[in-house]
Amino acid sequence: MSLHESTSRDGAGRWYDLFSRGTRDWLRHNEKIREAVREQLPDLVAGSDVLSRPDNRTVKVPVRFMEHYRFRLRNPDVRTGAGQGKAKPGDVLRPAQPARPGQGKEGSGEGEGQITFVLEFQIDDILDWLWDELELPHLKPRLGTRIEEDTYIREGWDRRGARSRLDRRRTMKEVIKRRGAQGPQAIPITNDDLRFRQLARRRRPTTNAVAFFLLDVSSSMDEHCRRLAKTFFFWALQGVRRQFTTIETVFIAHTVEAWEFEEENFFRVHGQGGTKSSSAVHKAQQILDERYDPAMYNCYLFYATDGHNFSEDRQRATEALLRLAPVMNFLGYVEVSHQNHRRLDTEVAGIWRGLGAEGWPVGSYSLTREADIWLAIKAFFTDQAAEAEAEAQ
Amino acid sequence: MAEKLEELIPKVETLARDLGLEYYPVEFELVPPSFMMEVAVYGLPVRMPHWSFGVRWIYQMVQHRMGHSRIFEVVFPGNPNRAYLVNTNSLEENILVVAHVLGHADFSHNNLTFVRSQEQVGYRIVEQAAAHARRIAEVIEEIGEKRVEQVLDVALALEPHIDTNQPLNRSKYRPPDKRTEPEPEEFRDRYHQLPGEAQPERKTRGGPEPFHIPPHPERDLLWFIATYAPEMEDWERDIFLAVRKEAYYFQPVFNCQIMNEGWASYWHSRLLREADFLPGQIYVDCMKTHSDVVRPYAGERQVALQVNPYHLGYSLWEHLLESGGLEDARAIRREEDDFGFIRNYFTAELADEMGLFVYSAKKNGEIRVTDSNLHELHEAILQPKFNFGAPRVVVDELKSDGTLILRHEHENDGRGLDLDRARHVLEYIDRIWRRPVKLYTVDERGRQINIKPSWEVD
Repeated sequence: MSLHESTSRDGAGRWYDLFSRGTRDWLRHNEKIREAVREQLPDLVAGSDVLSRPDNRTVKVPVRFMEHYRFRLRNPDVRTGAGQGKAKPGDVLRPAQPARPGQGKEGSGEGEGQITFVLEFQIDDILDWLWDELELPHLKPRLGTRIEEDTYIREGWDRRGARSRLDRRRTMKEVIKRRGAQGPQAIPITNDDLRFRQLARRRRPTTNAVAFFLLDVSSSMDEHCRRLAKTFFFWALQGVRRQFTTIETVFIAHTVEAWEFEEENFFRVHGQGGTKSSSAVHKAQQILDERYDPAMYNCYLFYATDGHNFSEDRQRATEALLRLAPVMNFLGYVEVSHQNHRRLDTEVAGIWRGLGAEGWPVGSYSLTREADIWLAIKAFFTDQAAEAEAEAQ
Repeated sequence: MAEKLEELIPKVETLARDLGLEYYPVEFELVPPSFMMEVAVYGLPVRMPHWSFGVRWIYQMVQHRMGHSRIFEVVFPGNPNRAYLVNTNSLEENILVVAHVLGHADFSHNNLTFVRSQEQVGYRIVEQAAAHARRIAEVIEEIGEKRVEQVLDVALALEPHIDTNQPLNRSKYRPPDKRTEPEPEEFRDRYHQLPGEAQPERKTRGGPEPFHIPPHPERDLLWFIATYAPEMEDWERDIFLAVRKEAYYFQPVFNCQIMNEGWASYWHSRLLREADFLPGQIYVDCMKTHSDVVRPYAGERQVALQVNPYHLGYSLWEHLLESGGLEDARAIRREEDDFGFIRNYFTAELADEMGLFVYSAKKNGEIRVTDSNLHELHEAILQPKFNFGAPRVVVDELKSDGTLILRHEHENDGRGLDLDRARHVLEYIDRIWRRPVKLYTVDERGRQINIKPSWEVD
């Protein structure tokens, strides 16, 4: 006989203290799930659980454990087994369960495939998948070609400088060089060894952007419409955000008037009465003039509505849009409704179509069901990437 | 605790030898609970990586967190045996485990299914499995995770589909030698005249018979694929054979679980009872642990829908030792596996005494105790153990164009395969066989149907 203990006498742990095979294989399982989920990308994008909280960079998706398949017998109508305890023939140990919808499919109902857990996905990963899926060009962060700003970058070294800019690696190299030359009597470290990073001023093109989200909150825009709009806005914003280091957002809701909101309240706003889309465009123009110099910012505008608008507002809305269009990188029109027979055939859709006809960068998308979101996002990203590429050339 | 254990283990061993236990040396090792948990999941201390172990592992973790599972001991038969004790168990628990392990060591040293399997795999499965894992890690480095995983998906799915009646090292089928064809015998001719017997086919002398592969339905799918796959690479074959070897090791463990756990439980309780060197309090605590292990059902529940193999085996061995004595019991532990053990020795009186019953569970969730005879009880206990716990699927034919025909022997289990899962398994096989694959089974009404990978069209 012999007896070993898991920690050796010198205090070092054994290999299995440092390494868990179970964890390794569990992570591999999750990786495979991610690959599988990726193939469900349209569902993932359309899921209304996707939230647009400002700093929420992940999406949670419920998934099932993967099953490693083996040959198994079909579930029998009656299964027999051996049990133990105080029971006599005829005893009912469990009564029949009321039938639940969705049960009774072959292969479901039991086993490892049934348990779900929640996986968190990085929005950026999903966007990467989207980009691959759509075969879009990978754009570099777009430069606002019109403007440059000052920036400091690290460049070169000096023997003097602020403590915070001490370059330890380079300092140690100096120490080693000197001590190598001086031999065993060398002083461990001297002031002469210290090296500091220097800053240089550079002019750099800006990469700022602002996105305006305009939402029609008149009484005809119900929960269904808002949810579609929200999901589209979310992904559109993520797509734009990819190209810029910083992006600011402006949320405007309107009926016959328009108001600016914080993001968290934006989708909860309910208004009364009719619709004047010109009010929202005017509000956007006003905010743009006050806060965002088009020379400093790349500007985007998205407008979601059911397409109804007072016809006497047509002139004003058209003019407002035409004034705004020249400073915009891209304008997106999203029509949300219940019926799909009148896709993009509404009052407002007509105004936007006219805008596009004049050569401004406009895209129009129609959403009636969740399944449309995927198509709309695809179309938007494709349009937008094409637009951005055209401009870059 | 280690010092105390180190003192006590030799004393327990001396007592065990005095009482007639025979075994190869046992190496004990104290390990943390996390290590035990992985051993329980992988079946071996170091084993090949596969995502399906990850799923089992997370289940084990969840169960453990909820306090439903506690693993006391693991021992790997071999020469030496390797036993692991949890370092967070109390000294009393570990003394019990040491005695229990010695019971297992005696069992695996003497039981013929173990003896045969140990001869085949070579007494050092722990080291060999670690070598397999290392080799597979190298292949992953070289070939890439995805491709290796695809091979492991197939090989591990087919793990139970081996045939331990055949040697581990098997050569290809040999065409029958013409000259050794048996002469017609008078007895055989008369036998064939019985009603219902097929007439022997008189072979027409002439050209050589085409050699049919396999010459008989082949149960060892791992071996067959590794040997006859038209385009298998060496590293893929190595993985198949590694999985097969480990399956050869696992099979007697699976087939003798009731006997083996019962035997070890009998011996730990007897060894502790006769260990006069143990302080009284340690003995009492040990026996408390013992009764926790061999109790029929958990806690205050009155009825269990499965039978605890420790409890079942322990009760049956106690009964056998009382009625037949130690020598008879030793003969049984040498010659039987769970099938013979239950069918030959588990009596109606014992079933009554233990309160065992057969139940039927309907799809609507109703579970009812049925009026059953002893035979039905035997089969209900053994049913999950048939054929290494898997439906029997055999290779029926390897066609000249390379098509692989598999057949589910539904006559044995009376119902067809779960089609969805079967199709997935065929898809695994298809990726390694690299020629068409087809499987015959039956549908709900017993009609023959065939399944193919979903990407194959007629």
